[in-house]
Amino acid sequence: MQSTWYPINMSRFKIRRRSRREAHLGDLVFSYLLRLLSLGLALLLLMIGFFLFRGAFASISRFGWDFITGSVWDPVQEIFGSAPVLYGTLVSSLIAVIIAAPLSVGIALFLNELAPPLISRSIGFLIEMLAAIPSVVYGLWGIFVLAPSLRTRVEPALVKYLGWIPLFSGPFYGVGMLAAGLILSIMIIPTIFSLSREIFRTIPMAQREAALALGATRWEMMKISVLRSSKSGIGGAIILGLGRALGETMAVTMVIGNRAEISASLLAPAQTMASVIANEYAEASNDIHLSSLIEIGFLLFVVTFIINGFARIFILRESKS
Amino acid sequence: MNTKAILEVKDLHAWFGNTEAVKGVSLSAAYNAVTAIIGPSGCGKSTFIRCLNRLHEELPGAYATGHVLIENIDIYDKKVDPVSIRRKVGMVFQKPNPFPSLSIFDNVVAGLKLAGVKRQSTLKEIAEQSLLSAALWSEVKDKLHAPGTSLSGGQQQRLCIARALAVEPTVLLMDEPTSALDPISTAKIEELMTELRKKVTIVIVTHNMQQAARISDQTAFFLSGELIEFGETSQVFTAPQKEQTERYITGRFG
Repeated sequence: MQSTWYPINMSRFKIRRRSRREAHLGDLVFSYLLRLLSLGLALLLLMIGFFLFRGAFASISRFGWDFITGSVWDPVQEIFGSAPVLYGTLVSSLIAVIIAAPLSVGIALFLNELAPPLISRSIGFLIEMLAAIPSVVYGLWGIFVLAPSLRTRVEPALVKYLGWIPLFSGPFYGVGMLAAGLILSIMIIPTIFSLSREIFRTIPMAQREAALALGATRWEMMKISVLRSSKSGIGGAIILGLGRALGETMAVTMVIGNRAEISASLLAPAQTMASVIANEYAEASNDIHLSSLIEIGFLLFVVTFIINGFARIFILRESKS
Repeated sequence: MNTKAILEVKDLHAWFGNTEAVKGVSLSAAYNAVTAIIGPSGCGKSTFIRCLNRLHEELPGAYATGHVLIENIDIYDKKVDPVSIRRKVGMVFQKPNPFPSLSIFDNVVAGLKLAGVKRQSTLKEIAEQSLLSAALWSEVKDKLHAPGTSLSGGQQQRLCIARALAVEPTVLLMDEPTSALDPISTAKIEELMTELRKKVTIVIVTHNMQQAARISDQTAFFLSGELIEFGETSQVFTAPQKEQTERYITGRFG
């Protein structure tokens, strides 16, 4: 990952060395072209950030910190507080990670350490294929399969037996925070799974044999040799999955119910940063509404940028050691 | 020296899928003897000792048949759990492989913890004993909680020896334990082995024939999966019975 930076320096080095003898024009052009392209991409990222900030400026100067702490989102009254959508994004992504992380790591462990090669390869392939399904298809499945079955089977039982916990109280509609969290968990499994598996694959056989030779059972061997030494890498994989969940838009918009309110119950409809933008951008009635939506986009951009950065640092540290 | 055999191998065959890597080997080792296994690369000597703690079968498609008796218990008996065997038969590998996520101390006591020893005082005592036996104590006693991988290669290998000794194995298998080390570390480990043999029966695979001659009581010469010659080390090196053995030890092939 880090090595992607080297070509720039390397090429400079090569050009200098060559030019002392006889510079090859083709090499020169090609290396400058590559340099231009890679710088261009970095520039593009900065410009997206800048565009978002400029677009959000009206909203930032008008609401200040109230934009983040305010809990009322009312386009008609021109009151824009994004706390409910921040909350919605955070909670739906957390549900997703809580479900997907142990599942993905468990599957990766099983396929890498226990399953026969044929099963390991075919199941691994199918799980990675989950990532290829368009988000809108997940949304459709959520609307037509997941939400109705939540409404008719799961949620009545939750309310009946766990209704005394605020998380599972109140009226239910099928669509809502829980449905969004579940859909997201399925969507981030491939991310966490394939990264964890890659990390497990880098652990040398000698580490496993060291544990086995000491009289470890298979499970003990996995704990000592595999899980322990890939802790921070798995952490990185989970954060990367979280990053995906935070920004996921289409499927969430279709099943979360789209109501910008903070509710203690997971069964209640909610709204996320991404879904509020998708829902309201096209019909934003005035400039301040538009600017507020762009500010949410800006916040989302910053948060996912930081989270992905952290995850890469984690994983990088792992692959170095 | 007690002359009763502690390790007895009878007609051992080891397979990787359809390839037979060890073709019917029988040999035995007495209490506290050092047995050296020599032979050219790919002759099945590593596979052979990996059968002595049933580690061979952990590789995909690998299996073994025959009998290996350790203290008169056939470890290939269907009723025997390989995990319990590996607690009695320690192993040191070619490349030092301490657990990178564990401290020096935790590396040494890893086997004990697996065996269910929990008392901190017992763990400390055995850790010190094992590190002393592995001639590493004086070098690490002040940094027991540093990561095992912070040590030098030779120290790491002695840490692995301490780790194997901590569970008090009856047999210690060493698979080319010095081939990744410099001459000074190698000398230290050879010196250590002459001490260790008082407590444990050692089977060592080595590429280095001088090493085999220096440290072992008996030597087995393997060639393409077969045991060509097995006898007293002095006899194998000075008056080999088989022509192949003689050609190998005089360096004319292999």
